[in-house]
Amino acid sequence: MKILVCISRTPDTTAKIAFTDNNTKFATEGVQWIINPYDEWYALVRAIELKEKDASIGIHLVTIGGAETEPIIRKALALGGDEAFRVNAIEEDPYFIASQIAFVAKEGGYDLILTGKETIDHNGSSIGAMVAELLDMPFISLATKLDIEPTQALVTREIEGGEEEAEISFPLVISCQKGMAEARIPNMRGIMAARTKPLAVKDPQSAEKLTTTKAFVLPPAKSGVKLVPAETPEILIQLLREEAKVI
Amino acid sequence: MSLIIFTEHSEDKIKKSSLEAISYGVALAGKLNIEAIALVVGPTAAPLSELGEYGVKKVVHANDSAIITSDTKSLATIISQAADTHQADVIIFSNTLTAKGVAPRLSVRMKAGLVTGAVALPDLTNEFTVRKTVFSGKAFADVTILSPKKIISLNLNAFEIIKSTGTAEVIPFTTATISSSIKIKKVNRMAGEISLAEADKVVSAGRGLKGPENWGMVEELATLLGAATACSRPVADSNWRPHHEHVGQTGLAIAPDLYIAIGISGAIQHLAGVNRSKTIVVINKDPEAPFFKAADYGIIGDAFEVVPKMIEAIKQLKK
Repeated sequence: MKILVCISRTPDTTAKIAFTDNNTKFATEGVQWIINPYDEWYALVRAIELKEKDASIGIHLVTIGGAETEPIIRKALALGGDEAFRVNAIEEDPYFIASQIAFVAKEGGYDLILTGKETIDHNGSSIGAMVAELLDMPFISLATKLDIEPTQALVTREIEGGEEEAEISFPLVISCQKGMAEARIPNMRGIMAARTKPLAVKDPQSAEKLTTTKAFVLPPAKSGVKLVPAETPEILIQLLREEAKVI
Repeated sequence: MSLIIFTEHSEDKIKKSSLEAISYGVALAGKLNIEAIALVVGPTAAPLSELGEYGVKKVVHANDSAIITSDTKSLATIISQAADTHQADVIIFSNTLTAKGVAPRLSVRMKAGLVTGAVALPDLTNEFTVRKTVFSGKAFADVTILSPKKIISLNLNAFEIIKSTGTAEVIPFTTATISSSIKIKKVNRMAGEISLAEADKVVSAGRGLKGPENWGMVEELATLLGAATACSRPVADSNWRPHHEHVGQTGLAIAPDLYIAIGISGAIQHLAGVNRSKTIVVINKDPEAPFFKAADYGIIGDAFEVVPKMIEAIKQLKK
């Protein structure tokens, strides 16, 4: 059983969002970088939990990015990945990224490919389904539970207004979200071991880019809060009705 | 040439988010001077010809009950076949859970550049550039689709429904049998609740409420307003409320017309999930709560005193 976990590097959830170069680039100064929370807490940690029950499972990691992504790859290895691939390319267009992951996945012959439900920077929610289509595999989005049997996965996923339980034969791609696993932090042994775990750098395969980001825009600032005294909430209700016209 | 809007239904009604997508698709088709077609998949008793009121002249209905609509592969096959039949180069989705599974798949199959989370019509004077949310709602990006075929997945509550008069022609669409490798064992649906993602009003509460037993007034306020209920992350993590109510950076991102936050301090991660709401009301006893900076209206006071008075005021209004 081989699992491939897709890992992305994102700014920390508390990072200040600002742009430079005429609003075409994210301002990285002073920004802390983390493993995308959905990739780490749910996809990777669930893979590790499965490996803890069955030591024969191999967990490989794949990241698209430059050398600056290596600290987060090492952290993922410290948590419990066995080996990692970094495709040395700028991560921009989702189709390009998915093509790189699909290529790595094809070479490795994985039973299960896990992604987070989305990255907290691009919010594309696209990579898992694209990889599945490129590899002609089934795709389960927004899984909240995952268990495995010898030939199939048992998955619970969120659907509109509820949830659905399904069985799917391997190989398949799953995007993971809250409910999958509990967050954990790497221990010292893991950190030491991660230093010598294999991290192979691959050149990107040629693939098209179907989109390009031209510029970023910050939302307009709020004009300021209108405070209503605590004794007279009826005035708030009146404002919502007559001024904001929302009730 | 045409544009197809993937149109979702539930309980024999077309979803509000799909009506937004239809309005968006019709407006875009007008700009591109092509025909807008709604595509409905799976059996439904919803009156499809009435979609003409939202500007589409044609509704293509793949009504084979054997189609497993939760299999992204089957759905992508149907949509791409419909796109071939009607020479559609542009596909519009509402950015629902279903779309998140299907649109990227279709993007690969059609070699069509995809923008998810769009908040406005494309700027056609600047190639084909679509504004979308990034950084979990803390910013927008203008993304240009380079490929001749294009897919846009429109954020919920980001485009106003435009309704006039008209009737659409409903055209049945048959596809070859599509097998699915996904065996569905069980489906649990929560009936009767207003869907949080689609709600135009949301009443949300946080740790300031002290315990799950105090949610009665939140639910009463929500019911009176016809609003959905939501909560902050600590509340969901403590299992005071179900996880699907959690809004914020790692929960659901919503954009209702009205968001009322009770006893939520407004950490940056929470704001990321709600800051596209049109009107934000904050009720908090801490005047320093960061949420007041992001609010339109606020009351500095104890929720246990303020909320019952709000409920009373709304009841008076309704008399």
